[in-house]
Amino acid sequence: MEELFKERKQKIISFRKLLHREKKVTRKDVPENIFVQCPKCKETILSQELEASYYVCPHCHQPLKIDAYTRLKYVLDEGSFHELYARMVTDPKIDFPGYQEKLARESKKSGLRDAFVCGVGRIEGMKVAIGVLDSRFFMGSMGSVVGEKVTLLIEYATKKKLPLIIFTASGGARMQEGIVSLMQMAKTSAALSRFQSHGGLYISYLTDPTTGGVTASFGMLGDLILAEPRALIGFAGPRVVEQTIKRKLPEGFQTSEFLLEHGFVDMIVERADMQKTLALLLRLHGGEKR
Amino acid sequence: MSLDKGLQALEELEQQILQENDEAKKAELTRSKEALYQETFTNLSAYDRVKLARDVNRPNVEDFISHLFDDFMELHGDRGGMDDRAVIGGLAFFRGRPVTVIGHRKGHTTQQNIEARFGMASPEGYRKALRLMEQANKFHRPIICFVDTPGAYPGDEAEMHGQGEAIARCLREMFLLEVPIITIVIGEGGSGGALAFSIADRIVMLENAVYSVLSPEGFASILYKDASKANEVCELMKMTARDLYELKIADHLIREPLGSLSRHEGRVYVELSHYLQETLDELTKMKKDDLLEARYAKFRRIGQMKS
Repeated sequence: MEELFKERKQKIISFRKLLHREKKVTRKDVPENIFVQCPKCKETILSQELEASYYVCPHCHQPLKIDAYTRLKYVLDEGSFHELYARMVTDPKIDFPGYQEKLARESKKSGLRDAFVCGVGRIEGMKVAIGVLDSRFFMGSMGSVVGEKVTLLIEYATKKKLPLIIFTASGGARMQEGIVSLMQMAKTSAALSRFQSHGGLYISYLTDPTTGGVTASFGMLGDLILAEPRALIGFAGPRVVEQTIKRKLPEGFQTSEFLLEHGFVDMIVERADMQKTLALLLRLHGGEKR
Repeated sequence: MSLDKGLQALEELEQQILQENDEAKKAELTRSKEALYQETFTNLSAYDRVKLARDVNRPNVEDFISHLFDDFMELHGDRGGMDDRAVIGGLAFFRGRPVTVIGHRKGHTTQQNIEARFGMASPEGYRKALRLMEQANKFHRPIICFVDTPGAYPGDEAEMHGQGEAIARCLREMFLLEVPIITIVIGEGGSGGALAFSIADRIVMLENAVYSVLSPEGFASILYKDASKANEVCELMKMTARDLYELKIADHLIREPLGSLSRHEGRVYVELSHYLQETLDELTKMKKDDLLEARYAKFRRIGQMKS
């Protein structure tokens, strides 16, 4: 009996040690790429394990944020991506105080020129026009560059008769560009009106977070609207909604699951199923290898 | 001098004039009142214009409808289960020509404003508007939209019922309507809620109307974490009718009489009516393809750059 207790105590001690050690490794002095802490459940995850699971937390199944190129790698056939309009940057003449400096910082931080990466690629051999909003750059906000690139991509897809896939992640309009940002909602919707009325297939795939002007334009205009699990999706942000109704919002309000329940997305697609789901949808719309 | 201080000083002068018995002094006070009046209303700041645009005494959509059109008949409902009172829509004659009229509704009293939710439309309001616009398209009626809203309603039900989807659908579908669309910004043009009625062949703004990506209060609280800086950010936001005209987003401006529209509005109706007549004549003569091409081009060039 005593043996048993001793053994158990030993186990607890070693477990605590393990816990302690794991806590330690999340600190700054250890290279941060070995372990990652899940922002949702706060569990510590091995980076290797994360990579193998498409950056979805193995403990709570929360999809963690991934950058645009990682997303494209998961979705497209290897080596098939050809980027378009990659060099486009914000007009340096826009003189809103501090904006150009902020753009430079965002660019340095993320290695991106703006928040939208787009081009052409193949999914199981089927050619698509594809774009991804990257929330690492300026919270994925839509200014003139994002609006212009989205519009050019749609126009390209219209001209080349390609299916169009856009992954969204955005805080909404980019305030610093004022009314011009707002008008990008109109511009992108205009391009979609042409693409879709010419028979083009547009799949929008909403990821965390998709709000404001992106939701109220190309986000919600997909012929098919897919969403990643547990993403925040809405027009007004939760804080603004709470201020309006003067009470707390219930758990799960404005999530993908909430939108599915209320009829605003067609389906929720796990990250691991992304490629095969898109491939199937393309085939259902006559997609063939070419 | 700011609008507030000017109005206060004018009020004080008015009192002095009333109490003054000496005719000569009274005349002099009246002259200085006139001068002050000129000064107060000629150099308005952007924030002053925001205040004028929001003034509850400013003519609202119903005032414009009753002065510009004949036989207005309001039509109700989104055919999905609701009639949003924040949006007014219906049929009318404009100088003998049938048109569809749509706008954000604001009231002149608190009671009216509560009913109309201060012009903040719900998804059902945008769906009602789009239904009426598609009906106009079917019956070849031009569409006249009036914009006067702080923004789309940001409540929980609005989110639940798809505010983003409802606005997005207006934006896309309006590019496909084969009838002329003219949008008149009469007061506040706030955010996506205003944009949903702005996909037009012509955007007209009244001199003291404003149009912005977000309310100045919201803008200040996002960028400077301080909603009370609204006053200062207005200039930066480039949201006045003049700014929008310079950016070539507004196509035409309607001058307001000195001293704000809520005092002498008659001339504005006359000028607007002339403009509508001329513009509708011009737009109805265009071939459908040309009309749609021009509408596309109008928005396509905003923020356009070399690829």
